[in-house]
Amino acid sequence: MSKQPAIQLKNITKVFGKVIANKNVNLTAYRGEILSILGENGSGKTTLMNMISGIYFPDEGQIFIDGEEAVIASPKDAFTYKIGMIHQHFKLVDVFSAAENIVLGLNDGKYNLKESTAKIKDISEQYGFELEPEKKIYTMSVSEKQTVEIIKVLYRGADILILDEPTAVLTPQETEKLFAILRRMRDDGKCIIIITHKLHEVLSLSDKVAVLRKGEYVGTVNTAETNETELTEMMVGKKISLNIQRDEPIAPQDRLCVKNISCVDRIGTTVLDNISFTAKSGEILGIAGIAGSGQRELLESIAGLQQLTSGEITYHDPKTNKVENLRDKTPMQIRNLGVRLSFVPEDRLGMGLVGNMDIVDNMMLRSYRKGFSMFLERKKPKDLAEHIIDDLEVVTPSASTPVRRLSGGNVQKVLVGREIASSPTVLMAAYPVRGLDINSSYMIYNLLNEQKKKGVAVIFVGEDLDVLLELCDKIMVIGSGRITGIVDGRTATKEEIGLLMTKTAHDEEVNNG
Amino acid sequence: MIIQFICRAILLGVPLLYGSTGEIITEKSGHLNLGIPGIMYTGAISGVVGSFLYENSCGNDIANMNPLLAIIIPFFCAIIGSVLMGLIYSFLTVTLHANQNVTGLAITTLGIGLGNFLGASLINITDSELPSIALTKTSSFFSAKLPFADDLGWFGELFLSHDFLTYLAIIIAFITAIVLNRTRVGLNLRAVGENPATADAAGINVTRYKYLATCIGSAVAGLGGLQYVMAYASGVWSNNAFGDRGWMAIALVIFALWKPSMAIVGSFVFGALCNANNYIQGLGTETQELFKMLPYIVTIIVLIITSMRKKREHQPPQGLGLPYFREER
Repeated sequence: MSKQPAIQLKNITKVFGKVIANKNVNLTAYRGEILSILGENGSGKTTLMNMISGIYFPDEGQIFIDGEEAVIASPKDAFTYKIGMIHQHFKLVDVFSAAENIVLGLNDGKYNLKESTAKIKDISEQYGFELEPEKKIYTMSVSEKQTVEIIKVLYRGADILILDEPTAVLTPQETEKLFAILRRMRDDGKCIIIITHKLHEVLSLSDKVAVLRKGEYVGTVNTAETNETELTEMMVGKKISLNIQRDEPIAPQDRLCVKNISCVDRIGTTVLDNISFTAKSGEILGIAGIAGSGQRELLESIAGLQQLTSGEITYHDPKTNKVENLRDKTPMQIRNLGVRLSFVPEDRLGMGLVGNMDIVDNMMLRSYRKGFSMFLERKKPKDLAEHIIDDLEVVTPSASTPVRRLSGGNVQKVLVGREIASSPTVLMAAYPVRGLDINSSYMIYNLLNEQKKKGVAVIFVGEDLDVLLELCDKIMVIGSGRITGIVDGRTATKEEIGLLMTKTAHDEEVNNG
Repeated sequence: MIIQFICRAILLGVPLLYGSTGEIITEKSGHLNLGIPGIMYTGAISGVVGSFLYENSCGNDIANMNPLLAIIIPFFCAIIGSVLMGLIYSFLTVTLHANQNVTGLAITTLGIGLGNFLGASLINITDSELPSIALTKTSSFFSAKLPFADDLGWFGELFLSHDFLTYLAIIIAFITAIVLNRTRVGLNLRAVGENPATADAAGINVTRYKYLATCIGSAVAGLGGLQYVMAYASGVWSNNAFGDRGWMAIALVIFALWKPSMAIVGSFVFGALCNANNYIQGLGTETQELFKMLPYIVTIIVLIITSMRKKREHQPPQGLGLPYFREER
């Protein structure tokens, strides 16, 4: 019996400003099948699915549901087509019970929580969920919250389910449970689409895999007929030459030694697991990995913003030749020790700059302790601000324009410029070119290269593998908080890194056991 | 004596009950309306203006007045006046995303200014020697007791002797409690106040809920002002006599942990605390003033206890005070 296509996308294109998020995507998903959408970060997976669930509207192309063209302009429309999406960030009211959250916003006549609870229990039994409908959300674990979200869409009668990286927040055991439920739903004739970048999950769960790369549809393969290597190649594509300048490191010396550090997040999940590496002066160390694999926590540990559970970080001061221990020191203590770490956080406006203050005031965030008079020293920060505006070609009406009014690229330049101006010995930059146009990106690469020439140990967290391969001397790959490999930037291949990125603790267990 | 003390506490507590029930309805939609004192004041003066005009149109004879009209006119004037203030507040905070605290304080200032202006104008019209307007005839309709109140001894005095607005306040508080906890509308409203983004995604019209909650809350609060003039003050309006009852109503919301049924008890406790100084012998003027702090001290104690217990159900709505923007992109 041939299966019915539940949903078909034809030539879907979506553009945000100048960024093309999806370009001519064609995709078919069938009932009674699990389809994985595989792709790197920023490959347009979530945008594509958001168009099916009515959050965005495609600029071009058509969506067919059960063979008929559908216009999905809002989440409500998606619901009438029985499409339900489970987002990565749960949309739940914390003080409500599970049942209250599930019926919220529904208009099915009488409001009767008892009947709803009975219906929820039926659904739970049918697919094997474990859920107490009376339990309050704020007392639930992440996995329970996800269960509530899934039942919410099932309760509304959805038979096309889209899950956006459902396993990102789950433990391996919880993942197995979820997969069992998804398989049961598939056997029940539902169409299931999951967005993921974990290869082993794709292979173990799905019937078909559709691969996206940089917004474009690469192809769909049957899971049974493919393997990790083929999928990785589809995902990362052929190497593109960018011609980024890369000099040989000059007299590299150990600058920052990280030994076996681990840390846990607020809910107790391990985010960094036994990380060890050395950053050398005059070198750019690249960090590659799927977003959320622990990059942020790693940089924050070095900057003194994360509590470590074990391990140590030592810093070799080039001036005094002393070895300082950075662990468990506050950021201010790290500064007072003479250890200069310049940290460019991922979230530019959140942690790096104050949006409502102008460029000069943002410069002063680093220098307000200088000077001896009771008034703030404004002259030097002002000079510095103007210097940065000139040097880095920041497009701004003046140095006294609030930073939030600048475009993303210019904000980034101000931030990187300020961090470099404090003449650091270790410069950490996380996604410094995110959202930047090509020219600005090259300017940032050049800045990092200049710092490298000055003997700074540069740590660069990036997402574009082509850039990492051309800019960095060494590339460290992390997955799920562990180092999955450290490779030489000059000899490594894209596929090699791609495979390392998708390798997780789970694979190792499988391979070892 | 004890019966008299309790009755007095109830009488003092009812405006607070109206104010805090109104504020609870508003806060459940995520809006901290600090304009409640001004809105209650506006409700009071609107009622006074309404009944003043009606009394004057009837001449001097009370027999000319229709009891029903004498009640309905001030009643609806109070509602219209306070809803208009609520509309200003919700337009600024919901539609224009203005800061709720600043807007609320502005509404309070505006309401009290408006009340004093209208009050002074009416006093001018009457050419009265005293700086007040007496609407004793209208007040007599408002404070009519229930039948048998005088025949049933302490029971009649305790339960049947109050004005109808007192009973209405308790009924409104109970209805609010039921709507909030037992109906779909209440569920939606609480979702809007807790997490507007989630409510929006669930297809609830966030803006409409916020407007309605603020305006209905204002109407309820405005009735508190009316009750104060017509029942507590026996129909005598003088500028600024309303005092800090509006602020006390807001404190009562915290005391009641955002639960209307708790507000009923709380308002009578507050009424009793406000009144305690009159029933304790031998207090000097300065100690009397200290006694007037009691409601606030109790509120602070409740705040300390609830924040120590950290029970989520006892916390304010999570979205309280935060403007809601739909995710842009």
